[in-house]
Amino acid sequence: MVEAAESRGDVPPVQEEAKERKKKKRKKKESKTRTVRSNLLLPGLEAEKPKRGPLANNRLKTTKYTALSFLPKNLFEQFHRLANVYFVFIALLNFVPTVNAFQPELALAPVLFILAVTAIKDLWEDYSRYRSDKEINHMECLVYCRNEKKYISRYWKEVEVGDFVQLRCNEIIPADILLLSSSDPDGLCHIETANLDGETNLKQRQVLRRFLELDSEFDPLKFTSVIECEKPNNDLTRFRGYIIHTNGNRDGLYKENLLLRGCTIRNTEEVTGIVIYAGHETKALLNNSGPRYKRSKLERQMNIDVLWCVLILIVMCLFSAIGHGLWVWQFSEKKKPVFDVPGPDGNYLSPVLAAVYLFLTMIIVFQVLIPISLYVSIEIVKICQVYFIHQDKDLYDEETDSQLQCRALNITEDLGQIQYIFSDKTGTLTENKMVFRRCTVSGIEYSHDANAKRLAMYQEPDSEEEETAPKGVTLSQRDSICSHQSVKAVHRSQSTKSHRRTGSRAEAKRASILSKHTAFSSPMEKDITPDPNLLEKVNECARYLEVMRSHEQPLSQLSPELSDIFDFFIALTICNTVVVTSPNQPRQKVRVRFELKSPVKTIEDFIRRFTPSRLTAGSNSSSSSSLATSKSMHRFGSSLLSSTSTESTLLKLEEKLAYSVQMNNNGYSAQQEKRAIESGPEEGELRYEAESPDEAALVYAARAYNCTLVGRLSDQVSIELPHLGTLTFEVLHTLGFDSIRKRMSVVVRHPITDEINVYTKGADSVIMDLLLPCSSDDPRGKHQKKIESKTQNYLNLYAVDGLRTLCIAKRVLSKDEYACWLKNHLEAESCIENREELLFQSALHIEKNLHLLGATGIEDRLQEGVPETIANLHKAGLQIWVLTGDKQETAINIAYACKLLDHDEEIITLNAESPETCAILLEQCLHCVESKFSSNTIDNTSGDMRIGFASFCPPSSSAHSKLGLVIDGKTLAYALDKTLENRFLLLAKRCRSVLCCRSTPLQKSMVVKLVRDKLKAMTLAIGDGANDVSMIQVADVGVGISGPEGMQAVMASDFAVPRFRHLEKLLLVHGHWCYSRLANMVLYFFYKNAMFVALLFWYQFYCGFSGSSMIDQWYLIFFNLLFSSLPQLITGVLDKDVPAEVLISVPQLYKSGQNMEDYQPHMFWMNMIDALYQSLVCFFIPYFTFYDSNMDIFSLGTPITTIALFTIILHLAVETKTWTFFHWSSCIFSILLFFFVALVYNASCPTCYPPSNPYWTMEKLMGDPMFYLTCIISPVIALLPRFLYRTLQGTLFPTQRQLGCQLHRWPLGTCNHILSKLKIKKKSTPQKHSFAEPSMQNPTSNVNPCYKISFKTKAVATAKDPLVFFRRDNTLDLWPWSNSSDLLQ
Amino acid sequence: MAAARRERGRPDRTAFTQQRLPAWQPLLSAGIALPLFFTLGLAGLAVGLGLHFSSGTIRELELDYTGALGSNQDCARCTNASATSGPCLCTLHFELAEPFPGPVCLYYQLSNYYQNHRRYGVSRDDLQLSGDPWGLRHPAEECWPYRRDPRGQAVAPCGAVANSLFNDTFALHRLVNGSFMPVPLDSRGISWWTDSNVKFRNPELVNGSLATAFWGTSKPPNWPCAAYLLDAGNPNNTGFVNEDFIVWMRTAALPTFRKLYRRVHQGNFSAGLPRGTYRLDINYSYPVLPFKGTKKKTKKHPDLVRMAELVVHNVIREYYVPNRLLLS
Repeated sequence: MVEAAESRGDVPPVQEEAKERKKKKRKKKESKTRTVRSNLLLPGLEAEKPKRGPLANNRLKTTKYTALSFLPKNLFEQFHRLANVYFVFIALLNFVPTVNAFQPELALAPVLFILAVTAIKDLWEDYSRYRSDKEINHMECLVYCRNEKKYISRYWKEVEVGDFVQLRCNEIIPADILLLSSSDPDGLCHIETANLDGETNLKQRQVLRRFLELDSEFDPLKFTSVIECEKPNNDLTRFRGYIIHTNGNRDGLYKENLLLRGCTIRNTEEVTGIVIYAGHETKALLNNSGPRYKRSKLERQMNIDVLWCVLILIVMCLFSAIGHGLWVWQFSEKKKPVFDVPGPDGNYLSPVLAAVYLFLTMIIVFQVLIPISLYVSIEIVKICQVYFIHQDKDLYDEETDSQLQCRALNITEDLGQIQYIFSDKTGTLTENKMVFRRCTVSGIEYSHDANAKRLAMYQEPDSEEEETAPKGVTLSQRDSICSHQSVKAVHRSQSTKSHRRTGSRAEAKRASILSKHTAFSSPMEKDITPDPNLLEKVNECARYLEVMRSHEQPLSQLSPELSDIFDFFIALTICNTVVVTSPNQPRQKVRVRFELKSPVKTIEDFIRRFTPSRLTAGSNSSSSSSLATSKSMHRFGSSLLSSTSTESTLLKLEEKLAYSVQMNNNGYSAQQEKRAIESGPEEGELRYEAESPDEAALVYAARAYNCTLVGRLSDQVSIELPHLGTLTFEVLHTLGFDSIRKRMSVVVRHPITDEINVYTKGADSVIMDLLLPCSSDDPRGKHQKKIESKTQNYLNLYAVDGLRTLCIAKRVLSKDEYACWLKNHLEAESCIENREELLFQSALHIEKNLHLLGATGIEDRLQEGVPETIANLHKAGLQIWVLTGDKQETAINIAYACKLLDHDEEIITLNAESPETCAILLEQCLHCVESKFSSNTIDNTSGDMRIGFASFCPPSSSAHSKLGLVIDGKTLAYALDKTLENRFLLLAKRCRSVLCCRSTPLQKSMVVKLVRDKLKAMTLAIGDGANDVSMIQVADVGVGISGPEGMQAVMASDFAVPRFRHLEKLLLVHGHWCYSRLANMVLYFFYKNAMFVALLFWYQFYCGFSGSSMIDQWYLIFFNLLFSSLPQLITGVLDKDVPAEVLISVPQLYKSGQNMEDYQPHMFWMNMIDALYQSLVCFFIPYFTFYDSNMDIFSLGTPITTIALFTIILHLAVETKTWTFFHWSSCIFSILLFFFVALVYNASCPTCYPPSNPYWTMEKLMGDPMFYLTCIISPVIALLPRFLYRTLQGTLFPTQRQLGCQLHRWPLGTCNHILSKLKIKKKSTPQKHSFAEPSMQNPTSNVNPCYKISFKTKAVATAKDPLVFFRRDNTLDLWPWSNSSDLLQ
Repeated sequence: MAAARRERGRPDRTAFTQQRLPAWQPLLSAGIALPLFFTLGLAGLAVGLGLHFSSGTIRELELDYTGALGSNQDCARCTNASATSGPCLCTLHFELAEPFPGPVCLYYQLSNYYQNHRRYGVSRDDLQLSGDPWGLRHPAEECWPYRRDPRGQAVAPCGAVANSLFNDTFALHRLVNGSFMPVPLDSRGISWWTDSNVKFRNPELVNGSLATAFWGTSKPPNWPCAAYLLDAGNPNNTGFVNEDFIVWMRTAALPTFRKLYRRVHQGNFSAGLPRGTYRLDINYSYPVLPFKGTKKKTKKHPDLVRMAELVVHNVIREYYVPNRLLLS
């Protein structure tokens, strides 16, 4: 093994090395690694132990505060918000006597209130965290105790690094533990990582080889090795380190040896391990990064207006200050009036100083202009919005019993402004439930017609009402290539309708129950009707084999075709990582256990147990020690290996191979016997748990051909074949799938032929390049070439049908080749630093010169409702980009199926081989698009460029023709270049939808970033897999689909939805509502505060700009907080400008959010002007009423406050679109609360509230009729312009949204009722015919008939109303269904 | 996490959580607005007409007694009098062409007098005025610079508002049979009941004497006499509970304001002031300050209650700034 310390630093610069050396003297290990020793070491050794200081214990503490630190820490955090600092500053300013405006303690009240509300919220959150921490900390686990020499039960929080923990089946792992012993004879341990990443399939973990070899039970007391590993990090997929034994030997540690905290032990009775990382240093907790904080677009816009408010505030204060300075200046020094009070020292302030003081005073008085409660209110409203989104039953998926999750709490309104959607395809648009559709083996296509029919049946039950498409008619002609086109058409018609395929509810339920136990297994996927031809051939093949085996004939006598078929199914069955489970004992693997004490049952067993020559599961183990022949050799062998002299071991290896081959010859017959003993659950009940759904689909497909996977251990796979019985393949290596190689392989020893076979399964593009080049002169080679080209043909056809294609290939390795490769591979495996890289290289070495067996076509079905959703989102003005890793043909076909592309759409395809071509292509396309399709074709015959260019620009039929853009990954890479990106965007902007195929995760995020930054557009990315994470994080709004591909996308997302179709309601309804509610609320907030503050400003003209306020300080301070806050909160939470049904049926309304119709910059100023006007009215009506009277200051201020409150609430009433019980009651409650507080406050204490003394004011006023009269007349006059504007606009120029509201006027029932009533009246109003007709004539309108009806009734109603008679003609044009092209398209 | 999500199960299906509460969705259009508009308009019209006719009986007479320089008013001489020369008596004659129905109220009005100035308005101590024995001798901070006299004695009542108490006095006479008969002016009930009975209290009497109770305090600098000497003969109207003082202490909202001075509802005048000639005797002492203005006297009758008011108007409209003189 390589000395780990040497290879530790990947690229350590020279200086750093020097530094490191210095460090080494003191704390050698602390630089980059962590050293873990057993805690059970003898006291004498304890002195050696490194200080425990930096190592976290296992106590979970997610709370932010302690009882003591809460106040300072929380306050400190709150003061990070600038607004809070501002308000505290103002409150403190009040304590300065020369400038104070209010009772200082009282001025602190609102700030303290706001801080307290936030603090209480934080406290509550922290407390619930504390409780859950406590619960987790007090979970129990078995920890080895030195004194009692056994495992005793301890709390999780008491577990420390270096402790030995014993875990039983189904227990949750308390910390990151290095697996040292397992009850499993192979040293395996299965864990379920659902808590970590949501993946429900089991994962294998492996005991360190050396400990596995121990004959006795693992004894923690004897564990003296030292473990060196990485510092804690959050990479779940990586763990590196090594263990140093007392004798100096080292073993590498990998992630397969580590049990992660939060996972559950499954299928393993007992495991023991040493704690490596505890508590907050565990990978699970390091990965837990709380909710994300984003600032929404609306909030950004709002902040600008807040700054404007600050500016207005300063201007007002300056104005007042100058006014006051002049006012003071007009009195000569000697003739000061009595009301100009000198300072405490008896001297009068100079005008300038007075002005300066007054400026500060005015800031205090006018502080209300910067709404203190705005931020808190917005937060409250958003929490409520999130609550409602959570609660929406339409966003709840019964099948998976999951609902929408909002992970980011403060960007709900961004959902209403999205312009671009970037979507992943697999698992997002499609179900990621793979269904085996057809396959081709050695050039012959098996179309699986019966299977296709059966699949069609699944969608039958629910689709009776659309029994129009002739299903399955042409399916039987699948063999002939010429029928492909028609089949394709049918297929497409099916898949577009397939959204209801999930069948009855009961079936869905059943599926959901099933899915809790096994991932990826709906009945559809499991039941596969085999193709009779192929089945026949398989049987034939099996018969041959049996005969051959009984006659000891070599396998090579099998015809090449049959041999290919045989290998094909073997590959389908074993070339995967599927784990077999049985439903009777959930999570308990059906497997053969080799009990250590039981007698040897088989020869194979014998070999297994007494020759440690198991070249077992490559990626799962560090098999260095397994090469040694006996236990005595064990240490020797590994020491040999670690000193990198592998030659001798390799020699031994070859011997071993030869030996075990002999032994294996009888393997299968022995297995049969074992099978009889086992005779456990029936085959049909076996369940397969796969890491990817494709694998499961293939295994189920193979099972349909009686080639059943019955068991998988780390080093062997058992499959059951007809006639042959159980065959056990020794798995030598598994080269896992990765996205760069795009393939996976297993290296097995074939039990019949004893050859070492490599089975490879992967994307056709890569496999086809790796095939053994065959000479065309040799007939066999010719045949093979023919097969290859045929297969390629079929592959293309599969792709056209939107199937996912996989190629299956095989390679027979000679022992020399294998040994040679093994040497490199073992080196790669034992390497610590560049292990991944080396293993990758190693895989490349063995995956070549393949022999093509066949190919499969797997259908990835569209998710329910995807085409409708996409169509609706298109109508809503959203541009949808699909970024997929699939090949172009597949992607295009899926795009057609899900209505991303239309058949009447012109598709621009960009496939370029070089940046130059790409540039030219882009230029041409742009030119073509710009010239509005006037040029017929693009001249692309330039000689030296190889252009895979399929663009066409036919003469445009209409100016409105839509464009679609298809671009592949390579071209995309060129187009994303700095020089081309602008042109690419220009082109993409004109396209309704864009399809990027073969794109990498990085490209995905680059595209999103480009659009977000360059087009300044609001982007939403939706995806379900780990490859979408970067895209989701880059987009303004990231949506994760909580699908079967794990939770990584969800973890990174702001919102997680169960299905793609939920996006429709999330955006069109909730997004729209959230945006319009919040926009209206923010605008209203600004208006409200400006209007209230302006009242004070006007008063300054009558009090010598002295900063005096006629409104009592209590009202002034609590007005925002108490009296006027509730209605606006209710409106902000519950108001609906358009009902949900209309928003869904008329998606065009979504554009209002995109265009920011509810909150445009000028609206702020309009509101300010309105506030100005209203405040003038509200101030001067009382002013003139009480002019020249004995009104005292608060007797004037109280009516003004009352009027302002009425005006503000009535203003909200004008703006409120939907009145529910809550709206009514909140308004009434606010007014009553004001009167109640005023009456109580004014009666409570005659002397208590200096400097104001409002005793009995309200009581007195309420006995004065003038008070009531002004309170009625002023709000009416104040609101008249706004009301008038709203009325005129609603009557003459109704917005689309208002029209939408009218649609909703009548619910379905009364619709018909009104219609029947109107039939009598129809004759009296002939005009309405022309009115109603357009909607009847429009057959394309797919709107609920009720809406058409309601439209008609509305028409009649308006005709009847003489007052609005004039408006009909106007409405006619605006009405969506009179010329429905706009709204209903 | 995943398991917990499953346990949460399906959302509630109440109308509230699904945002389907029964609601009214008005669209502001002419159909709704016009009826509303007309209804409101008619209601407003009715109220307006009622107010208009009821106000027809309101009588108001304003008398300016500022005595601005150059005017031929009797009070003009008082304006010229220096601040230290003490009270100056002047008279005003006026005719009532028609009777003023009772009760007639006599107001004095000041213009351009910023009682609502912030620092002026807060310069008072309600605790002291409520008769609190501790508060009496410990005036609030706000009272500065009228908190303690140079000897350190607490000023009672403290503060700028009290210090600037309006102290012109008026007497009304009616010409009956060639001689002027005094019109009885009632000084009771001119302030709010709650003010004179709850908010303003005299300190507890010491040995039955209010003066002793005030012992250790000093009068406000501008006052000619201590608080307990205001209307000294009347124990219910002296000290802090003096109604003129209470009225003054209710600081006015606007720079032009009226304050109720007296009511005429006694004796022969219980029905109001009959038509005839009247004489107003003014003890012109308030503008002892280094500024001057105009004074006015008005009769007014504003309310639905049909209370006639006579407003004495003391307009301090503009201060003497050399070469600038404004008349009311």
